[in-house]
Amino acid sequence: MNTKKRILSLLVDNEPGVLSRISGLFSGRGFNIESLCVAETKDKGISRITIVTIGNDMILEQIKKQLNKLINVIKVIDFIDKPTIYREMLLIKVTAKATYRAEILRIVDIFRCKTVDVGPEHYTIEVTGNEEKINALLNLLRPFGIKEIARTGTIALGRELS
Amino acid sequence: MKTLKDEGVDTIFGYPGGAVLDIYDALAQTDIDHILVRHEQAAVHAADAFARAKSTVGVSLVTSGPGATNTVTGIASAYCDSIPLVVLTGQVPRPLIGNDAFQEVDIVGITRPCTKHNYLVQKTEDIAQTVKEAFYIARSGRPGPVLVDLPKDIINTKITYKEPTPIKIKSYKPTYDPNIKQLKRVVSLLKKSERPMIFAGGGIILSGASKDLTQLAKTLHIPVTTSLMGLGAFPGDDPLWLGMIGMHGTYRANMSSASCDLMIAVGVRFDDRVTGKTDAFASQANIVHIDIDPTSIRKNINVQVPVVGDCKRTLTKLNEIILQEDFKKVENKRAPWLKQIDEWRKAQRLAYDQKDIIKPQYVIDKLYELTGGNAIITTEVGQNQMWAAQFYHFNRPNRFITSGGLGCMGFGLPAAIGAQVACPNELVVDIAGDGSIQMNIQELATAVQFNLPVKVLILNNQYLGMVRQWQELFYKKKYVWTHMECAPDFVKLAEAFGAKGFSASHPDEVEDVLKKAIAIKGPVVMDFHVEQEECVYPMVPAGAPITEMLLV
Repeated sequence: MNTKKRILSLLVDNEPGVLSRISGLFSGRGFNIESLCVAETKDKGISRITIVTIGNDMILEQIKKQLNKLINVIKVIDFIDKPTIYREMLLIKVTAKATYRAEILRIVDIFRCKTVDVGPEHYTIEVTGNEEKINALLNLLRPFGIKEIARTGTIALGRELS
Repeated sequence: MKTLKDEGVDTIFGYPGGAVLDIYDALAQTDIDHILVRHEQAAVHAADAFARAKSTVGVSLVTSGPGATNTVTGIASAYCDSIPLVVLTGQVPRPLIGNDAFQEVDIVGITRPCTKHNYLVQKTEDIAQTVKEAFYIARSGRPGPVLVDLPKDIINTKITYKEPTPIKIKSYKPTYDPNIKQLKRVVSLLKKSERPMIFAGGGIILSGASKDLTQLAKTLHIPVTTSLMGLGAFPGDDPLWLGMIGMHGTYRANMSSASCDLMIAVGVRFDDRVTGKTDAFASQANIVHIDIDPTSIRKNINVQVPVVGDCKRTLTKLNEIILQEDFKKVENKRAPWLKQIDEWRKAQRLAYDQKDIIKPQYVIDKLYELTGGNAIITTEVGQNQMWAAQFYHFNRPNRFITSGGLGCMGFGLPAAIGAQVACPNELVVDIAGDGSIQMNIQELATAVQFNLPVKVLILNNQYLGMVRQWQELFYKKKYVWTHMECAPDFVKLAEAFGAKGFSASHPDEVEDVLKKAIAIKGPVVMDFHVEQEECVYPMVPAGAPITEMLLV
């Protein structure tokens, strides 16, 4: 079946247990969470949860309806047909031996990311960007040896058309 | 207590404990009735049946820890069947929460997936508002159980009562009124249809839409079937009645679903017990799906005309539109379809062949005859439940109370108690099996204590009947652990609790036992020793289309 990745942004009550309710809904019904990011919005009573999920049309329709049904979920935003900005942040600890240290720094420079930690045999690189940029960077760094990665999960906001 | 009274609560089903001592103390100062059960699971099942019989919100009160965990099965059953309940659980004092205290469990965490919503109240000031909100959520939209966890120190604190504000939840706004454009589409489909049928379910009963459903069916001569949960929504003795649909539905109901060109599904969720193989279900029909819950629509079956709305409001509006339209000679148009259905009915009737051993179906038949179809029937789960559904022809809603979605054995006796409390002047009968009845048999004590004249009708075949049937049909008759050895003498057991008990082993004894039991003004247990290897037919094997039925 034609499964697609879908990014949903949920505005929810900022109360204990709400995140548990939502992740419980996904696990209980066998829906997939590829990544999840949650924090307060400008309104202290409301949090935004950004979830990346995968499924075919029928499943994605069910996911949105089931989320809407939850008492604590105020709004479900599906970015599918809207112009949207996506970003994710990673910290990548890459092996950096003397022979190719310079090459790594060149890549960092080209991608306009930052080196935030340095040691005799490693660099830790901080990168922010959309999925394409991040995948491209990871592919270039992989041959050098990636020791550890920490990712935030995708966040998204719709563009305002003037 | 004040909030409960303001919400119209007159009865609570409960079991006290340490964490709820203060609540029970306050309860004694009100005029709210309390039914003391013998197991917290029964408190929830009883409140569930009370809610169904009286069309109100059922209320249970239990203590923390094991009291709360004992309610989980009952809550799950109410969740599956969409029954409005408020379950109040005690909790340890706030400083002890999360500390592995005595009789502490995270009941909010445990019941998150099986409640419509739940709360842990954090401040005394919030109690009234939270309980009021719990009732609102339980009874509105698609009803469901709501749990409110009350820490002991909050209950213990004295504050001045502040009236709760009207409920306005910005993230919860059910749609009650249907889209008129969609209804007009339904009417135009009705005009073109030659072979329509109506498939109704529990939603009709919860919404109180039985009269509107009957009006629609009879105005346009449309045959009607229902799911298990919908039995009673349409009169079971009407010529347009098709019988129940699904895995153990009637031949004509299942065959009609495959041949109809228009199916109006209202207040149903297309459960797998009904649909069988989903891509073969109603494959020739345009399907209209009316339901208050958008998640039920297009979850299992793709439908052509979805209508989100309350059943009663939607059918009322639909009937209004229909009255203004001209349905020419609908009776003549419908005649060939109804004739076909009649042929199916004649080809396969629900039948049994009784000689010297009591057939379970005969007991239900006799019960129906002696009660004129007017009793409130609760059931356990399995063969007893299916025969009750097949052979007792309900003609009114709120009379058939069964654990449909969860299929919870042990539901019937506490449910009979709850229904009897709700309707003290009605005859209430629990149709049970010898397996199921043992799961909550202790509730006979509750029936005796409160003199609730429930009648427990045990179809005793010394087997876990439905499982044995599957083992017979699909596992080469290997009856692994389904023979219920060492069952008690139910007559002696009834008497031990202080109730009356009768038994019958021959068909000639059945009518007498039933008559005696009905006449007694107190709880009675009837132990019918029935045919041991009887099967429920028709049966649709799991995964097959519902037209492929195993027949008698």
